[in-house]
Amino acid sequence: MRRINSEQSYGWLITCPALLVVAAFALYPALESFVLSLHRIYLGLPALGSPFVGIENYMLLLQDPVARQAFGVTFGFVALSTLLELVLGLAIALVIHERFPGRGWVRAAVLIPWAIPTVVASQMWRFIFNDQYGLANLLVFGEHVSHYLPWLAYPEWAFLAIVLADVWKTSSFAGLLLLAGLQVIPEELYDAARIDGASTWQRFRTITLPLLKPALLTALLFRTIDAFRVFDLVFVMTQGGPGDATQVIQFYGYKTLFAEGQVGYGTAISMAVFVTILVLSFLYIRTIGSTLLTRVHS
Amino acid sequence: MTRTPAERVLLGVGIVFAVLGSLFPFVWFVLTSLKSPLAVEAIPPTWWPDGNLGFYRSALAEHQLLAYVGNSVIVAGSTTVLSLALAIPAGYALARIPMAGKSWILGGLLTISMFPQIVIAGPIWQLLNRLGGLNTHWGLTLPYVALTLPLAIWILATFFKDLPLELEEAARVDGCTVWQTLYRVMIPLATPGIFTAAILTFIYAWNEFFFALLILTDPAKQTLPVGLALFQGEFTMPWGELAAASVLATLPLIVLVLVFQRGIISGLSAGAVKG
Repeated sequence: MRRINSEQSYGWLITCPALLVVAAFALYPALESFVLSLHRIYLGLPALGSPFVGIENYMLLLQDPVARQAFGVTFGFVALSTLLELVLGLAIALVIHERFPGRGWVRAAVLIPWAIPTVVASQMWRFIFNDQYGLANLLVFGEHVSHYLPWLAYPEWAFLAIVLADVWKTSSFAGLLLLAGLQVIPEELYDAARIDGASTWQRFRTITLPLLKPALLTALLFRTIDAFRVFDLVFVMTQGGPGDATQVIQFYGYKTLFAEGQVGYGTAISMAVFVTILVLSFLYIRTIGSTLLTRVHS
Repeated sequence: MTRTPAERVLLGVGIVFAVLGSLFPFVWFVLTSLKSPLAVEAIPPTWWPDGNLGFYRSALAEHQLLAYVGNSVIVAGSTTVLSLALAIPAGYALARIPMAGKSWILGGLLTISMFPQIVIAGPIWQLLNRLGGLNTHWGLTLPYVALTLPLAIWILATFFKDLPLELEEAARVDGCTVWQTLYRVMIPLATPGIFTAAILTFIYAWNEFFFALLILTDPAKQTLPVGLALFQGEFTMPWGELAAASVLATLPLIVLVLVFQRGIISGLSAGAVKG
């Protein structure tokens, strides 16, 4: 019993440094943000001080049409990009799960969009959608130069361009999460189904899809949470434009907080993003995390 | 495992689409980087480059690319070393030592890894402002360490959990302390897991943009993503130089992916469902 106790304190001792860094640079700032969101602070007007205003910033947020638009754009972006990433990710996972010569190379090729810095991917897609020298115009209109479109200047196309860039960048990550799910489906099930004369499609429908459900849910929630935080793509490709067509919530928060110096209101926006994501991650931990936690724990 | 003809066709089509879809847009950027200034601005665009390394030369000479690379190496390198030094003992303890409340810690870390950057950005900026950490590499490294620790700890805890208990018990019977057991027995066994965590941490720090943008406003200190996002010419957008700089910034990552493909795939799925 004594040994267990001293072992336990030793365990905490060697865990502590990591937890302290996380507490200082992630947990404390999040709490501090909440406190700031209850104050009225304009960096440009220090004479006003920083009076406590309770939930005033949150009331403002509820009436702010720009914030509502930004939340709408973000939800649209999350829904469309996550859906496409799951479908393409599933296709990728099914392909790289198969055994064939050169599979290692195919897996490496699929990983490359994931490894490329998001800023590089964003500049690349911005150039692809360039109004004059872009690949998109070349592929769609070929030699008909007079038809060339400034894609990123149209609200709908700019939105779709950002979705496309995100789908290209992260489908392979969704694919890897689904691959992990495919790898634990016992091969015998497929053999048995084959003997019973099930077609490829029937095997996919009755074995792969149902058994892949936990992995699909994991990938869905991982991607949803990550897509909610989209920033780099918007910063580089559109700066939120044209108009506010691609102004996602994290970009709006960034502008309010850092460009306009509205610390109180900006942190209130960030808390709204935070709460949305927290709800999603609780969903994640409750549905899937618990099995993982018991696995590491037991 | 035999495939029907239809399955073979499906697989072939899948492979072609996966590879082309993944590589084609980037290959276009690589081709762009090898063109001459005239060829880049051709309308309609031309497919093939005229084999010109001029953009690489001017990206290095006029756009201080080497300084960005140097800054990125410093920040990503120190983030990786510090994060792993803290994550290895923590991951070991959380996986192997019976501690009350550790599932709360693991769950909490998972939640923290999902924080949106904007939520912690303001206070981090203020904190670094007070500590004199703005426009310094250590000022960017500290938040990076905090943000990469959750994933690194998760990967390592999962890995330590799967190692056989017998070796550890033998070491303890021979009189090794927890610390000695960790350093002499467990770390050598966990090398593949440590490698995976290190690569993922390095890639995160190499690619991160949001905090780098806020913390490093001095161009001499900026990392590659900031340099590439704010890339500008005197009059027009220097697409050729930008493409060349992007290719150079991505090369180390492509090498990592080619060499460590297996470890990266198993590491990324460490957070996913296993059984």
